[in-house]
Amino acid sequence: MNIKKDIAISDSGFVFDPTTGESYSLNPLGVEILTLLKDGDDQKEITNFVLQKYEVDSDTFENNYYDFLNMLKQFNLTEPQA
Amino acid sequence: MKKKKIVVAVTGLNNTDNPGPGVPVIRGIRESKEFDARIIGLAYENLEPGIYMKEIVDKAYQIPYPSSGSDTLMERLAYINSVENIDVLIPNFDAELFTFMKSEDKLKEMGISTFLPTSEQLEERQKSNLPAYGKKYGIKVPYSKDITSHWDIQVIKNEFQYPVLVKGKFYDAYIAYNDEQVSNHFNRISAKWGLPIIIQEFIRGTEVNVVALGDGKGNTIGAVPMRKQYITDKGKGWGGITLSDKNMLKITTDLISKTKWRGGMELEMIKTVNNDYYMIEINPRIPAWVYLAVGAGQNIPEALVKLALGMNVEPYKSYEVGKMFIRYSYDLIGDIQQFEKLSINGEL
Repeated sequence: MNIKKDIAISDSGFVFDPTTGESYSLNPLGVEILTLLKDGDDQKEITNFVLQKYEVDSDTFENNYYDFLNMLKQFNLTEPQA
Repeated sequence: MKKKKIVVAVTGLNNTDNPGPGVPVIRGIRESKEFDARIIGLAYENLEPGIYMKEIVDKAYQIPYPSSGSDTLMERLAYINSVENIDVLIPNFDAELFTFMKSEDKLKEMGISTFLPTSEQLEERQKSNLPAYGKKYGIKVPYSKDITSHWDIQVIKNEFQYPVLVKGKFYDAYIAYNDEQVSNHFNRISAKWGLPIIIQEFIRGTEVNVVALGDGKGNTIGAVPMRKQYITDKGKGWGGITLSDKNMLKITTDLISKTKWRGGMELEMIKTVNNDYYMIEINPRIPAWVYLAVGAGQNIPEALVKLALGMNVEPYKSYEVGKMFIRYSYDLIGDIQQFEKLSINGEL
């Protein structure tokens, strides 16, 4: 999944989409994952990063990760699929 | 650099819940690094707030409504000009534009410059001509039909699916979900703005707008896209944010290039979920939210004054994305003597 290139992500968790003018708030983990996605990391890399840094099992993370991706799609923060 | 002293007359001082562009236009001109402007406010009503804003308007004069005829208006302007020596006049209401355009030569003889669209440009973008306009200039517009009577509602009924938009020639637009609502809105709008009434296909999506300035030769001098973030029950933007939207800018520059648009304009579009853009209205003047463009780095009112004065104007190349405007109301305290002066002498 490709995140829109011009999305602005602030350390505070504020996310701004300059093409629509919409803004969103993320918790610190959301910021980390969105930043990794924007940098082009794939699911495996992101999963490894989170499992190493936080106390969470891979199934729980995977469920939440897909929910998060769906939310990004729903809010049009992803590039349309080719 | 020493600022050039000029006198600019501006209408649209109604900074009310249906705000005119006068006050934000003046704020732009006041912030000019090139002009030291004396601002003459031209008001139709005694309680237009701009009249009483000392830092905005240096002197205000009442002028007659365009409906009283262009001769009466020109006579009044001749008097005001004899006192003030106006360099540039910026009309800000749709309904007065035609009168000022028709009088452009007379104004020029008085030494007053304007920078307005041509009659043809004004006429062909009328709401009732929008379908033909879209076809001519290759832009998507919602399907629409003019009606002049209740009977027409039945005649065109099969051409539309509910909901539809019911619009006045100059102002007002309401959404209708059935024949009865169309009929009610027809009565309400026609009583205020006359006929025809425009029935327009309702396009689902986000309303986005562009303020732009054309130099009359096909060049876009400035253009800033915006999305309203807060809309009042009158449909007026009470907050907005500048966008980074190349499609909107391309639609704007293409249109200005093809029409050789002269003057300020506002493009109102609907952006659908499929990223299609439908033009729903083209306003032939600067909009009331123009100060957002000034805040984002494009002083469109100042550029318009320069064009009116025949000066060379370099097109703006960029603006800041994510600049916001938040409109607010504020109570000015005035004296009955001010109101008296304006009512009796027609000036303040």
